[in-house]
Amino acid sequence: MKIRVTVLPKSSVLDPQGVATAEAMKHLGWGQTGRVRIGKVIEIEAPDGRPDDEKLHAICRDLLSNPVIEDYTVEFSA
Amino acid sequence: MKFAVLRFPGSNCDQDCLRTLQDTFGAHAEPVWHKETSVAGYDVIILPGGFSFGDYLRCGAIARYSPVMAAVREAAGRGTPVLGICNGFQILCESGLLPGALVRNRGLHFICRQVHLRLENTTSPFTRAGRAGQVLRVPIAHGEGCYLADEETLDRLENEGRVAFRYCLPDGSVAPEGNPNGSLRHIAGILNGPGNVLGLMPHPERACEERLGSTDGQLVFASLLESALTAVS
Repeated sequence: MKIRVTVLPKSSVLDPQGVATAEAMKHLGWGQTGRVRIGKVIEIEAPDGRPDDEKLHAICRDLLSNPVIEDYTVEFSA
Repeated sequence: MKFAVLRFPGSNCDQDCLRTLQDTFGAHAEPVWHKETSVAGYDVIILPGGFSFGDYLRCGAIARYSPVMAAVREAAGRGTPVLGICNGFQILCESGLLPGALVRNRGLHFICRQVHLRLENTTSPFTRAGRAGQVLRVPIAHGEGCYLADEETLDRLENEGRVAFRYCLPDGSVAPEGNPNGSLRHIAGILNGPGNVLGLMPHPERACEERLGSTDGQLVFASLLESALTAVS
């Protein structure tokens, strides 16, 4: 199975990359652009199946994201 | 007094720190590889600038788990002065030894230039040789130096006198034009609760020789050496 962790800046944190990208989208003619946020996706292979939830969230919280500035979500796929 | 200058893969200001300590101050300073598990025998630990582990994931996020960091945490808990400069500051925030986080500069650019800093705390082992309000000219060189923390943390830092340095204009006044990266409350450097851990984005080790354009950075190292003398006497 695969685990996909998405990390995004918290909504309270200004994301200058997102702001700059939203500006560029407006220049390309998409006048409707609202807020854009840029984060990262981490894909983890888990050949032994779904890991223990507590362990997985500890890794997401302590390593893959920084809770001061980021939130994360986890998805599983076959 | 013996200084440890930690070296992570990608550190690149370790030599600057060693040279400043050895040549400018005649101090005993040694590099310590990140795989070491002890920092016993060192009186001050410096986490230098650079791009540890290529800034992968987040600046400082991987270095925080290097073997030496457990020993650094323990030493910090015992009161050993720990100084994190630039990437070292980012590692200290990631490791939780200092609060808050450092994110992409507000203007997105990597900035490498001299800035002015106002000295806000003169009681820590890193700043006691200075006087409050003193203006220092020291270079910055970073892409992720915008200091963020929640309002409660910022208030606590202010109320406890833990903001060590603030970006300012040459006359010492604090204004948005003097803030290169968008740091909240113009924060350039902060202390931990007991005051023995300092993190700052500017590079004092690059401002210790006339030919580098400023000797104002000497204040940090002179303070540490003075602290050692006080401790002995």
